Amino acid sequence: MRPEAELTCAEVVELVTDYLEGRLPPEERRRFDEHVSGCDGCVAYLEQMRATIATAGRLRDTDLPPELEERLLWSFRDRRSPG
Amino acid sequence: MIPEQLVLLDGLRAGDEAAFAALVRLHGPAMLRVAQLYVRSRAVAEEVVQDAWIGVIDGVGGFEGRSSLKTWIFRILANKAKTRAVREGRTIPFSALDAGEPAVDPDRFRGPEDRYPGHWASPPAGLPEERLLESETLSLVEGEIEKLPPAQALVVTMRDVEGFDSDEVCNALDISETNQRVLLHRARSKLRNALEDYVNAA
Repeated sequence: MRPEAELTCAEVVELVTDYLEGRLPPEERRRFDEHVSGCDGCVAYLEQMRATIATAGRLRDTDLPPELEERLLWSFRDRRSPG
Repeated sequence: MIPEQLVLLDGLRAGDEAAFAALVRLHGPAMLRVAQLYVRSRAVAEEVVQDAWIGVIDGVGGFEGRSSLKTWIFRILANKAKTRAVREGRTIPFSALDAGEPAVDPDRFRGPEDRYPGHWASPPAGLPEERLLESETLSLVEGEIEKLPPAQALVVTMRDVEGFDSDEVCNALDISETNQRVLLHRARSKLRNALEDYVNAA
Protein backbone atom coordinates (compact mmCIF):
# COMPACT_ATOMS: atom_id res chain seq x y z
CA MET A 1 0.00 0.00 0.00
CA ARG A 2 1.38 3.40 -0.91
CA PRO A 3 1.67 5.63 2.16
CA GLU A 4 -0.43 8.37 0.57
CA ALA A 5 -3.23 6.01 -0.48
CA GLU A 6 -6.56 6.55 1.21
CA LEU A 7 -7.63 3.86 3.61
CA THR A 8 -10.58 1.73 2.59
CA CYS A 9 -13.36 0.78 5.01
CA ALA A 10 -12.12 -2.82 4.88
CA GLU A 11 -8.73 -1.56 6.13
CA VAL A 12 -10.24 0.72 8.75
CA VAL A 13 -12.10 -2.14 10.48
CA GLU A 14 -8.78 -3.97 10.90
CA LEU A 15 -7.17 -0.91 12.49
CA VAL A 16 -9.97 -0.13 14.95
CA THR A 17 -8.37 -1.90 17.92
CA ASP A 18 -4.97 -0.30 17.34
CA TYR A 19 -6.80 3.04 17.08
CA LEU A 20 -8.75 2.55 20.30
CA GLU A 21 -5.58 1.35 22.05
CA GLY A 22 -3.71 4.46 20.94
CA ARG A 23 -1.22 2.30 19.06
CA LEU A 24 -1.48 3.70 15.55
CA PRO A 25 1.69 5.43 14.35
CA PRO A 26 1.00 9.17 13.79
CA GLU A 27 0.81 8.95 10.00
CA GLU A 28 -1.59 6.03 10.08
CA ARG A 29 -3.62 7.72 12.79
CA ARG A 30 -3.95 10.74 10.52
CA ARG A 31 -5.17 8.62 7.62
CA PHE A 32 -7.57 6.80 9.94
CA ASP A 33 -9.07 10.07 11.23
CA GLU A 34 -9.25 11.43 7.69
CA HIS A 35 -11.17 8.40 6.48
CA VAL A 36 -13.57 8.21 9.41
CA SER A 37 -14.37 11.93 9.30
CA GLY A 38 -15.86 11.40 5.83
CA CYS A 39 -17.42 7.96 6.24
CA ASP A 40 -20.73 7.39 8.03
CA GLY A 41 -20.35 3.61 7.80
CA CYS A 42 -17.03 3.66 9.63
CA VAL A 43 -18.36 6.14 12.21
CA ALA A 44 -21.19 3.65 12.87
CA TYR A 45 -18.69 0.79 13.02
CA LEU A 46 -16.56 2.59 15.57
CA GLU A 47 -19.69 3.33 17.62
CA GLN A 48 -20.70 -0.34 17.47
CA MET A 49 -17.26 -1.37 18.63
CA ARG A 50 -17.44 1.04 21.57
CA ALA A 51 -20.93 -0.25 22.39
CA THR A 52 -19.61 -3.84 22.28
CA ILE A 53 -16.84 -3.00 24.73
CA ALA A 54 -19.29 -1.19 27.03
CA THR A 55 -21.70 -4.14 26.92
CA ALA A 56 -18.96 -6.60 27.87
CA GLY A 57 -18.13 -4.23 30.73
CA ARG A 58 -21.67 -4.58 32.07
CA LEU A 59 -21.29 -8.32 32.72
CA ARG A 60 -21.19 -8.99 36.44
CA ASP A 61 -19.26 -11.70 38.25
CA THR A 62 -21.03 -13.93 40.68
CA ASP A 63 -19.74 -14.08 44.25
CA LEU A 64 -17.64 -17.05 45.25
CA PRO A 65 -19.76 -19.79 46.80
CA PRO A 66 -19.66 -19.41 50.61
CA GLU A 67 -18.20 -22.94 51.01
CA LEU A 68 -15.26 -21.98 48.82
CA GLU A 69 -14.67 -18.76 50.76
CA GLU A 70 -14.78 -20.79 53.94
CA ARG A 71 -12.27 -23.33 52.56
CA LEU A 72 -9.97 -20.49 51.55
CA LEU A 73 -10.10 -18.97 55.02
CA TRP A 74 -9.24 -22.35 56.53
CA SER A 75 -6.28 -22.69 54.17
CA PHE A 76 -5.14 -19.28 55.28
CA ARG A 77 -5.42 -20.12 58.99
CA ASP A 78 -3.52 -23.40 58.42
CA ARG A 79 -0.70 -21.79 56.54
CA ARG A 80 -0.05 -18.41 58.07
CA SER A 81 3.05 -18.21 60.17
CA PRO A 82 2.37 -18.56 63.90
CA GLY A 83 2.32 -15.43 66.01
CA MET B 1 0.96 0.38 43.90
CA ILE B 2 -2.19 2.07 45.21
CA PRO B 3 -2.31 2.63 48.99
CA GLU B 4 -5.29 0.32 49.50
CA GLN B 5 -3.32 -2.51 47.91
CA LEU B 6 -0.34 -1.81 50.12
CA VAL B 7 -2.54 -2.03 53.21
CA LEU B 8 -3.92 -5.38 52.03
CA LEU B 9 -0.46 -6.61 51.11
CA ASP B 10 0.94 -5.67 54.53
CA GLY B 11 -2.05 -7.36 56.14
CA LEU B 12 -1.54 -10.48 54.07
CA ARG B 13 2.13 -10.63 54.99
CA ALA B 14 1.29 -10.13 58.66
CA GLY B 15 -1.16 -13.04 58.56
CA ASP B 16 -4.20 -10.78 59.01
CA GLU B 17 -7.27 -12.83 58.16
CA ALA B 18 -9.44 -9.77 57.49
CA ALA B 19 -6.99 -8.59 54.82
CA PHE B 20 -6.98 -12.02 53.23
CA ALA B 21 -10.79 -12.19 53.25
CA ALA B 22 -10.98 -8.72 51.69
CA LEU B 23 -8.60 -9.76 48.91
CA VAL B 24 -10.58 -12.93 48.27
CA ARG B 25 -13.80 -10.94 47.97
CA LEU B 26 -12.10 -8.34 45.79
CA HIS B 27 -10.47 -10.69 43.28
CA GLY B 28 -12.09 -14.10 43.82
CA PRO B 29 -15.13 -13.60 41.56
CA ALA B 30 -13.00 -12.43 38.60
CA MET B 31 -10.54 -15.26 39.24
CA LEU B 32 -13.36 -17.78 39.01
CA ARG B 33 -14.56 -16.29 35.72
CA VAL B 34 -11.04 -16.41 34.30
CA ALA B 35 -10.35 -19.94 35.59
CA GLN B 36 -13.50 -21.20 33.89
CA LEU B 37 -12.06 -20.21 30.52
CA TYR B 38 -9.17 -22.65 31.04
CA VAL B 39 -10.88 -25.73 32.47
CA ARG B 40 -14.02 -27.63 31.62
CA SER B 41 -16.10 -27.52 34.75
CA ARG B 42 -17.11 -25.03 37.35
CA ALA B 43 -15.99 -27.45 40.08
CA VAL B 44 -12.49 -27.68 38.63
CA ALA B 45 -12.39 -23.90 38.21
CA GLU B 46 -13.15 -23.54 41.91
CA GLU B 47 -10.26 -25.90 42.71
CA VAL B 48 -7.99 -23.80 40.51
CA VAL B 49 -9.01 -20.67 42.41
CA GLN B 50 -8.27 -22.44 45.67
CA ASP B 51 -4.84 -23.61 44.40
CA ALA B 52 -4.09 -20.06 43.31
CA TRP B 53 -4.88 -18.60 46.75
CA ILE B 54 -2.70 -21.21 48.41
CA GLY B 55 0.04 -20.13 46.00
CA VAL B 56 -0.59 -16.53 47.05
CA ILE B 57 -0.41 -17.34 50.76
CA ASP B 58 2.77 -19.40 50.31
CA GLY B 59 4.40 -16.95 47.92
CA VAL B 60 3.60 -13.56 49.43
CA GLY B 61 6.82 -13.55 51.45
CA GLY B 62 8.79 -13.53 48.21
CA PHE B 63 6.56 -11.05 46.38
CA GLU B 64 8.74 -8.07 45.56
CA GLY B 65 6.10 -5.69 44.31
CA ARG B 66 7.53 -5.37 40.81
CA SER B 67 3.98 -5.76 39.50
CA SER B 68 0.78 -4.84 41.29
CA LEU B 69 -0.57 -7.29 43.82
CA LYS B 70 -3.57 -7.90 41.55
CA THR B 71 -1.37 -8.71 38.55
CA TRP B 72 0.76 -11.03 40.66
CA ILE B 73 -2.33 -12.86 41.97
CA PHE B 74 -3.72 -13.32 38.44
CA ARG B 75 -0.35 -14.51 37.20
CA ILE B 76 -0.44 -17.25 39.81
CA LEU B 77 -4.03 -18.02 38.84
CA ALA B 78 -3.13 -18.25 35.15
CA ASN B 79 -0.26 -20.62 35.89
CA LYS B 80 -2.36 -22.90 38.09
CA ALA B 81 -5.17 -22.88 35.52
CA LYS B 82 -2.78 -23.64 32.67
CA THR B 83 -1.29 -26.59 34.56
CA ARG B 84 -4.76 -27.92 35.27
CA ALA B 85 -5.88 -27.43 31.66
CA VAL B 86 -2.86 -29.37 30.40
CA ARG B 87 -3.67 -32.17 32.81
CA GLU B 88 -7.17 -32.22 31.32
CA GLY B 89 -5.61 -32.59 27.90
CA ARG B 90 -6.33 -29.00 26.82
CA THR B 91 -3.80 -26.53 25.57
CA ILE B 92 -4.37 -22.80 25.27
CA PRO B 93 -2.38 -21.55 22.27
CA PHE B 94 -1.60 -17.86 22.67
CA SER B 95 0.30 -17.45 19.45
CA ALA B 96 -1.50 -15.11 17.07
CA LEU B 97 0.97 -15.29 14.24
CA ASP B 98 -1.49 -16.60 11.65
CA ALA B 99 -3.35 -14.11 9.50
CA GLY B 100 -6.65 -14.80 11.25
CA GLU B 101 -10.13 -14.13 9.95
CA PRO B 102 -11.14 -10.70 8.73
CA ALA B 103 -12.89 -8.54 11.34
CA VAL B 104 -15.90 -8.18 9.05
CA ASP B 105 -17.35 -10.50 6.39
CA PRO B 106 -15.64 -9.43 3.11
CA ASP B 107 -19.04 -9.57 1.36
CA ARG B 108 -20.05 -6.43 3.21
CA PHE B 109 -17.49 -4.42 1.23
CA ARG B 110 -17.58 -3.46 -2.44
CA GLY B 111 -15.58 -5.71 -4.74
CA PRO B 112 -12.44 -4.87 -6.75
CA GLU B 113 -14.50 -4.07 -9.89
CA ASP B 114 -16.49 -1.41 -8.04
CA ARG B 115 -15.72 2.29 -8.33
CA TYR B 116 -15.01 2.33 -4.56
CA PRO B 117 -13.41 -1.04 -3.84
CA GLY B 118 -13.12 -1.94 -0.16
CA HIS B 119 -15.79 0.54 0.89
CA TRP B 120 -18.98 -0.47 2.65
CA ALA B 121 -21.60 -2.18 0.50
CA SER B 122 -23.81 -2.81 3.52
CA PRO B 123 -22.66 -0.39 6.20
CA PRO B 124 -23.41 -1.01 9.86
CA ALA B 125 -26.21 0.86 11.58
CA GLY B 126 -26.55 1.92 15.19
CA LEU B 127 -27.02 -0.54 18.03
CA PRO B 128 -30.00 0.78 19.99
CA GLU B 129 -29.01 1.47 23.59
CA GLU B 130 -32.20 -0.05 25.04
CA ARG B 131 -31.49 -3.36 23.33
CA LEU B 132 -27.91 -3.39 24.60
CA LEU B 133 -29.08 -2.98 28.16
CA GLU B 134 -31.43 -5.98 28.07
CA SER B 135 -30.36 -8.96 30.14
CA GLU B 136 -30.78 -11.24 27.09
CA THR B 137 -28.14 -9.17 25.31
CA LEU B 138 -25.75 -9.57 28.23
CA SER B 139 -26.32 -13.35 28.21
CA LEU B 140 -25.64 -13.39 24.49
CA VAL B 141 -22.31 -11.58 24.97
CA GLU B 142 -21.36 -13.91 27.81
CA GLY B 143 -22.16 -16.94 25.62
CA GLU B 144 -20.24 -15.53 22.67
CA ILE B 145 -17.17 -14.96 24.83
CA GLU B 146 -17.29 -18.62 25.89
CA LYS B 147 -17.38 -19.65 22.21
CA LEU B 148 -14.17 -17.75 21.39
CA PRO B 149 -10.84 -19.58 21.20
CA PRO B 150 -9.62 -19.62 24.84
CA ALA B 151 -6.76 -17.14 24.42
CA GLN B 152 -9.12 -14.58 22.83
CA ALA B 153 -11.74 -15.23 25.49
CA LEU B 154 -9.16 -14.68 28.23
CA VAL B 155 -7.86 -11.42 26.83
CA VAL B 156 -11.29 -9.89 26.16
CA THR B 157 -12.59 -11.06 29.53
CA MET B 158 -9.70 -9.52 31.42
CA ARG B 159 -9.67 -6.31 29.39
CA ASP B 160 -13.33 -5.56 28.74
CA VAL B 161 -15.27 -7.51 31.37
CA GLU B 162 -12.87 -7.13 34.30
CA GLY B 163 -11.33 -3.81 33.30
CA PHE B 164 -7.64 -4.77 33.39
CA ASP B 165 -5.30 -2.57 31.38
CA SER B 166 -3.11 -4.08 28.68
CA ASP B 167 0.03 -4.16 30.87
CA GLU B 168 -1.81 -6.11 33.53
CA VAL B 169 -3.08 -8.65 30.99
CA CYS B 170 0.31 -9.08 29.31
CA ASN B 171 1.96 -9.54 32.68
CA ALA B 172 -0.62 -11.95 34.09
CA LEU B 173 -0.79 -14.09 30.93
CA ASP B 174 2.89 -13.67 30.07
CA ILE B 175 2.25 -12.56 26.49
CA SER B 176 3.62 -9.68 24.44
CA GLU B 177 1.70 -6.42 24.04
CA THR B 178 1.36 -7.04 20.28
CA ASN B 179 0.02 -10.53 20.81
CA GLN B 180 -2.43 -9.23 23.40
CA ARG B 181 -3.66 -6.59 20.97
CA VAL B 182 -4.15 -9.08 18.12
CA LEU B 183 -6.12 -11.42 20.39
CA LEU B 184 -8.21 -8.50 21.67
CA HIS B 185 -8.91 -7.35 18.12
CA ARG B 186 -10.14 -10.75 17.02
CA ALA B 187 -12.25 -11.21 20.11
CA ARG B 188 -13.87 -7.77 19.98
CA SER B 189 -14.51 -8.07 16.24
CA LYS B 190 -16.36 -11.37 16.72
CA LEU B 191 -18.37 -10.02 19.63
CA ARG B 192 -19.36 -6.97 17.60
CA ASN B 193 -20.48 -9.19 14.72
CA ALA B 194 -22.55 -11.34 17.05
CA LEU B 195 -24.13 -8.32 18.71
CA GLU B 196 -24.98 -6.72 15.38
CA ASP B 197 -26.54 -9.97 14.07
CA TYR B 198 -28.52 -10.40 17.28
CA VAL B 199 -29.87 -6.86 17.35
CA ASN B 200 -30.72 -6.87 13.63
CA ALA B 201 -32.44 -10.26 13.76
CA ALA B 202 -34.92 -9.17 16.40
